[in-house]
Amino acid sequence: MTYVAIPATRNRRHEFFATLLRSGSFLAGVPIVVFWVFCSVFGPHIVPYDPLAEDVLNALGPPSSVHWFGTDQLGRDIFSRVLVGSRDILIVAPLATIMATAVGTVLGLITGYFRGILDDVISRLIEATMAIPGVIVSLLAIVALGTSEGTVIIVIGLSFGPVIGRTVRSAVLAERELDYVAAATLRRENSTHIMFIEILPNILPPILVESTVRLGYAIFAVAALSFLGFGLQPPSPDWALSVSANYSMISGGFWWTVLFDAVAIASLVVGVNLTADGLHGALDD
Amino acid sequence: MTEPTLRLDRLSVAYRAGGRNRAVLRDISFEIARGEAYGLVGESGCGKSTVALAAVRYLPRNGSVTSGAVRLDGADVMRLGPEALRQVRARTISMVYQDPGKALNPSLKVGRQLVEAFEVVGLHPAERKFRALEMLKKVRIADPASVMQRYPHQLSGGMQQRVAIAMALANDPTMLILDEPTTGLDATVEAEVLDLITDLRRQLGTSILFISHNLAVVAKMCDRIGVLYAGMLVEEGPTWEILGSPRHPYTVALLRCLPRGGQRKGHIPLDTIPGFLPTPGALMPGCPFEERCAHADDRCRTEIPELREAGSRVVRCHYPDRAAVVPRNTPTDVALPKPASEAAPVLRVSNLSKTYGQGSHATRAVADVSLSLLPGETLGLVGESGSGKTTLAHMLLGLVRPDPGGAIELDGELLAASLGQRRDEEVKAVQIIFQNPDSALNRSHSVERIIGRALRRLGGFRGADLSSRLAALVEAVRLTPRHLALRPRQLSGGLKQRVAIARSFAGDPRVVVCDEPTSALDVSVQAAILNLLADLQAERNVSYVFISHDLGVVRYLSDRIVVLYLGRIMEMGPSERVFEGPNHPYTEVLLSAVPNLDGTRDIRIRLSGEIPSATTPPSGCVFQNRCPRKLGAICETLEPPLTEAEPGHVIRCHIRAEDLDRLQRQYKASVQIVEAHLDKFAPHQLAE
Repeated sequence: MTYVAIPATRNRRHEFFATLLRSGSFLAGVPIVVFWVFCSVFGPHIVPYDPLAEDVLNALGPPSSVHWFGTDQLGRDIFSRVLVGSRDILIVAPLATIMATAVGTVLGLITGYFRGILDDVISRLIEATMAIPGVIVSLLAIVALGTSEGTVIIVIGLSFGPVIGRTVRSAVLAERELDYVAAATLRRENSTHIMFIEILPNILPPILVESTVRLGYAIFAVAALSFLGFGLQPPSPDWALSVSANYSMISGGFWWTVLFDAVAIASLVVGVNLTADGLHGALDD
Repeated sequence: MTEPTLRLDRLSVAYRAGGRNRAVLRDISFEIARGEAYGLVGESGCGKSTVALAAVRYLPRNGSVTSGAVRLDGADVMRLGPEALRQVRARTISMVYQDPGKALNPSLKVGRQLVEAFEVVGLHPAERKFRALEMLKKVRIADPASVMQRYPHQLSGGMQQRVAIAMALANDPTMLILDEPTTGLDATVEAEVLDLITDLRRQLGTSILFISHNLAVVAKMCDRIGVLYAGMLVEEGPTWEILGSPRHPYTVALLRCLPRGGQRKGHIPLDTIPGFLPTPGALMPGCPFEERCAHADDRCRTEIPELREAGSRVVRCHYPDRAAVVPRNTPTDVALPKPASEAAPVLRVSNLSKTYGQGSHATRAVADVSLSLLPGETLGLVGESGSGKTTLAHMLLGLVRPDPGGAIELDGELLAASLGQRRDEEVKAVQIIFQNPDSALNRSHSVERIIGRALRRLGGFRGADLSSRLAALVEAVRLTPRHLALRPRQLSGGLKQRVAIARSFAGDPRVVVCDEPTSALDVSVQAAILNLLADLQAERNVSYVFISHDLGVVRYLSDRIVVLYLGRIMEMGPSERVFEGPNHPYTEVLLSAVPNLDGTRDIRIRLSGEIPSATTPPSGCVFQNRCPRKLGAICETLEPPLTEAEPGHVIRCHIRAEDLDRLQRQYKASVQIVEAHLDKFAPHQLAE
């Protein structure tokens, strides 16, 4: 529909950033994410206490002016642990997402471009994997492969890949009908060239949005696995590990040992999702 | 004098973009009297649609009226309260949009939507359905009850537009705005819709604002026209006065861009307009057309001309008397070589068919087509949508595999059916220019990359060779090296199509399929592209298969013409012979459907019914169920052969060529008598 006869502004990139900066969710989400990234990089230098230093005499102290968030059962300062607790998850989850994006992009390009029997087989397999609860698959895989950060990355990457693949596939389906693909066929380009050089650059926006959304889920998944003991391993100050170690004590009234870590996880997930939402809005325009 | 239905009084509208107001309409004044049809013409980006939106106060959120007023039936639209505005929109004004497929709700039955239109008017529920049926009859829908039960996608484009018109008429509006109502419809369907609008206007006495980029359509429909340029009304007056003796240089230039009255590529090339439309919101100290006007002087650059009266019209030009002598932008004396008729054909197609589906669902998109193409020749392919033009073209390219039994020969050698089996030489010999450059150019790649890649793959050039070839090709399509670094979205429609043309010429093709290459472009740009295609053909002796629904364009460029109907060749012959006749009855219908700019009132042969589905074509001659010259039983039982009417001109009809010729001459003569009779009436008497 071209009733609004305003031509595309010359500088599309400029327009994209302008829209992004007007987006409330983007402006709310990015500072949260940036804050945790900052903490994971510089946290060890700015925390008041060594996050790993035990002080059994002051174990399970409630929040006070000395220990703002209180101390855990080994007397470690919870404030310091929360600040640096994002480090491991912010390495594992993005790497898993990158892997999932790579897997999903290739799957989506192949199924969307070739269609036919290949698409039918792969798509049904994707649906089958999506029908099985992800945590159970991941647990089985980790048990089989052994617990390590590498395993967690591979397991989450592979299980999220098909989800991204479906998004990519639908974008490719629309794109392959455009005449520039026919034009490429008419100069004898091979399928790899058409998929990766012709089509891929045009579907990067939806891929970027989908990956950011998946990053939120990946953080959640890593946290869940860590909580169950199959993800990050002690003595990492990871939030989910702390929750896992302390949640039995909520009933004893020691709420501070769990609450701050839980809020930290939630804030990071929410921050990433808000960012994804803002990107989605700006790229859709 | 009574109050006009719509009056724009020095209206200026701006859109807010990038943090500042950009003027898109500047100081526009015009009036539409009761029962009058007023046409607004201009190229895309001139602000035509904005006028329509401002008239119903429906500007997008970033748009605002910066000065002036819109009066509808005397009421200032911009000052109405919410309820009064609602009443105006519900009762006095209606709008019909360009794309009926988008204007109708795809998930509601037609009847439901139509009844809703009567509901808004406040009709009693019991009466609504009756009135809806009546309205469908009024817009000439043969079977209203069954159409009411259908969803929009089950109707053809022409039917959808009729339903949209029926909805717009539900409130018995005093003002009807039609925004490009027939753009995108086939010529025969367009003719029907235009006839319908003309008839309804006579019956209802509605005032009409008719917006179109197509001058011929506006000329046919409207009493007066206004020409918009860069948001300014540059000329306004009675239709035939403006079109017959334009006074504004822009109107003059616009009319010269159109192929008229049998103009051919080798005869006089189309004129073009240099330069580009100013961007919306550009600051204009002088006349908006100054940059592109051959007459412009210092006064034009510094002083915005006022609208001045000249007889019954107004012109916004400092020198309206000079318009008649505006020099042409392109030379007239271009001699293009004629294709040598004795040469061996570069492409020969024999008995080519394409069937989609199987069994009872088999659809013959193309049936038994044989034709040949000489070197340097242009073969025009015309026919309604669904006639198999594109399928035929895609078979030539190897994108669609034809049924077994047919053959395509290139330079006497058999071409493989599918692209994968063709040799590299054969692939690069047959290339295509697509209809829509937005779809045909990869929007992530730069112009240099798009053309360079084609040169590398099709031409086999590398390194320094590649750069020199690239420079030559870019120059050949009249682009400049400055364009190389840009992405397609940074180019205008015409420039994009030049990039696409350069790409298709990268491998020195023998045959280029042009699939409606100018239908997405404005007329001034179209003229430049058509001239470019003609020049390239003369330079390189390339042959074109030129697909278009615009018969004027086909006539301008084609040496021979093929008329397709339901995948069959109905007529084939030299361009001028096909336009002169004798014609196949279908060609006759197509030709009379096209509104012309020559001021003759055409009494059209109406085509009844819709184009039949290719799955169930009529028995005998496929055109028999719509044919205005049907003989009788023989047409229903026996498919006529292609018979030679004269050397090189074949017609698929049971009526002998001499008889067709006689009938068609008689008909034309009778039309002239009717016309002479009609001329005794003044237009307002016709409109009552």
